Amino acid sequence: MKTWNKIKSWPLFLPVVALILVMAVNIIYDAATGSNPFSFFMISLRNTTTSGTILYGRIIDIINRGSEVAILAIGMTLVVSASAGTDISVGSVMSLCASFMCMMLAGYGVSSTTTLAVPLIIGLLCAVVMGLVCGAFNGTLVAHLSIQPMVATLILYSAARAIGLLLCNDLIVYVRNPSFAFIGAFAGPIPTPIIITAICIIVVSLVLKKTALGMYIQSVGINAKASRIAGLNSKLLIFLAYMLCGLFAAIAGIVASSRITSADSNNIGLYLEMDAILSVALGGNSLGGGKFNLAGSIIGAYTIQAITTTLYALGVSSIQAPVFKAVIVILIVVIEAPPFKAFLRRQSAARAAAKGVRA
Amino acid sequence: MTGWQEIEAAFIKKTHFNRKRQSSFCFVVCVFFIVAAISLVLSGCGQTDGPDTDGKKTDKVQITDEKITVGLSQIGSESDWRMASTASVRSAFSSAAGYDLIFDDAQQKQENQLKAIREFIDQGVDYIILDPIVETGWDSVLSEAKEAGIPVIVYDRRIEVDDDSLYTCWIGSDFKLEGERACVWLQEYLESSGVDRNINIVDMQGTPGASAQIGRTAALEEAVMLNKNWRIIAQDTGDFTTAKGKEVMVDWLTKYGSDINVVYAENDNMAYGAIEAIEARGYKVGLDIDNGEFMVVSFDSSHNGLQLTLNGKIAVNTECNPLYGPRLTEIIQTLESGGSVEKETYIEEEQFSGISYIGTIQVRNHPYTVTHLTENIISDRQY
Repeated sequence: MKTWNKIKSWPLFLPVVALILVMAVNIIYDAATGSNPFSFFMISLRNTTTSGTILYGRIIDIINRGSEVAILAIGMTLVVSASAGTDISVGSVMSLCASFMCMMLAGYGVSSTTTLAVPLIIGLLCAVVMGLVCGAFNGTLVAHLSIQPMVATLILYSAARAIGLLLCNDLIVYVRNPSFAFIGAFAGPIPTPIIITAICIIVVSLVLKKTALGMYIQSVGINAKASRIAGLNSKLLIFLAYMLCGLFAAIAGIVASSRITSADSNNIGLYLEMDAILSVALGGNSLGGGKFNLAGSIIGAYTIQAITTTLYALGVSSIQAPVFKAVIVILIVVIEAPPFKAFLRRQSAARAAAKGVRA
Repeated sequence: MTGWQEIEAAFIKKTHFNRKRQSSFCFVVCVFFIVAAISLVLSGCGQTDGPDTDGKKTDKVQITDEKITVGLSQIGSESDWRMASTASVRSAFSSAAGYDLIFDDAQQKQENQLKAIREFIDQGVDYIILDPIVETGWDSVLSEAKEAGIPVIVYDRRIEVDDDSLYTCWIGSDFKLEGERACVWLQEYLESSGVDRNINIVDMQGTPGASAQIGRTAALEEAVMLNKNWRIIAQDTGDFTTAKGKEVMVDWLTKYGSDINVVYAENDNMAYGAIEAIEARGYKVGLDIDNGEFMVVSFDSSHNGLQLTLNGKIAVNTECNPLYGPRLTEIIQTLESGGSVEKETYIEEEQFSGISYIGTIQVRNHPYTVTHLTENIISDRQY
């Protein structure tokens, strides 16, 4: 009983339960249809002509496809915590970074190429720099001009995609080059996006663990004025959070455009800002800023992808899928809502009291 | 100090904050943003006047008497196809050919199209050309055009108005015919290569409700009714994009694996995504269904799509012709010389395949040629 209470009070308890519940649907479905109940979880190896032996299975699909949202969720968590607001420009910034990179790799005005105009690393750096510039733009507006985050990021939300189209001369730029495609394909048996996501997560959590930066960001989010008086450079911290958010948007943009080996400015990262914000919320983080839990956000990101993949596996058509997704999200959000939690606590307290009286 | 502590120290203020310095910094930032905004606006205006306009705003063109003034309102620049269509129209209505083209890009909003048409009427253009984003809601603005005596030519997508006389004519693609041609080709191919087994088809649809999706899907569904051994085992939308097409294909591969024989992709972008997914999973695309190859059928015949057709990765590619420019100028020349035009015309479209032995197919009792694709055909095409 004691260990159970300990588990229950673990901050990641509800996000993990939500993820497990989504997975459980698959076991029940597979068992009900008479196939192997764990077929959803099977991971197997396949030999392919193009990329050698690769890992294969629905779980791999989830982790692979959830990469972009997971990467975005890292930056979004920091922004939410530091500034008590959301960066709604990440999807558009992804698209802008991808367009800029592909424009550099293909050369201006070229719509399709198999050879790179500049070395790959320069293209990647361009994307990263563009992401940092966008992040700095948002950060300046929020930190130094004290504009509300949603209003400040609304500018790039609407403009970045259009700037991307201008950079690409209104074309979809195709970069059909194997070294570029590698980022969205496989590194050995493992999909490369998974490795990139893992590196991002490890680096950020290492920095947060080894330094007091995480605590600084949280304290700025809880009370920026008090933190400043205590000696923290609040503005710089908020600015940094937005810069990082831009950086991660750039990385997500690189992955997304490498997957389709093109810069489809109108579609890359479309509505992903909403998924990123949702994963922060599903991870049990308050959108009001302050305390944050990075692991929760990342679990949230994969939960969203697990829902999508589960719906596909159940054969729900993607036109109807958003309805089911909404229902599941409502359930998860309600379970994690503080009044609901308080209600459960009262119930169990009442039960304990009743037990005490009987004894 | 260790490295980590140095990072921390960067965020701690060394001196207590200086209000004066703080406010002057804010001032500099404000000035910077204002200057940036003004320069953006100026550069935007410059672009509209310049020769290389990208059409984000209505071009302001001096209306002269000698030239035919045409106001054109088009949807946006969401796909390769749309961009090719725009390029074709722009080059056909060049000033060298005797036209003043006032071009308007509606950025995917009907509201912008309504505004643009009202502007055209105010400017007193000779003709209005419209590629409508949606079918309904055009009655009032088109009656204004009719009152002003300006003929309206609709192309690509259709409109639905109570009074047919509100527009002069419509020209566009017969999407259902495109689908029928693809299905008949498939039927002919299977017969001629002696494939006599159940054919499992996955239908990768376009954006639900788009006329291209409706027509192409309907044709496939009818063909499946006619051919007893054809089955549609899965049907889902790939939104006409590569990324979504790839995702949907990956899910189908996980679910059905090598049971899939034919992928009916309703445009080239999705076909590309599907091929990527199939090959990444270690399956093969090609024509040899009996040996487990996946046959991909696609539409649009964009440059990239035809390249894949030439490589044998797409079996048959039915064109969706974006080159409306020449046809529209033709219609306007007929009207100028006092002739009459048909109310509805379908634009001619081709069909391409990498194999040569199916030369013509019969659809709706009419023979259609299937062009055997070569490198030269691709390089000669305008898009």
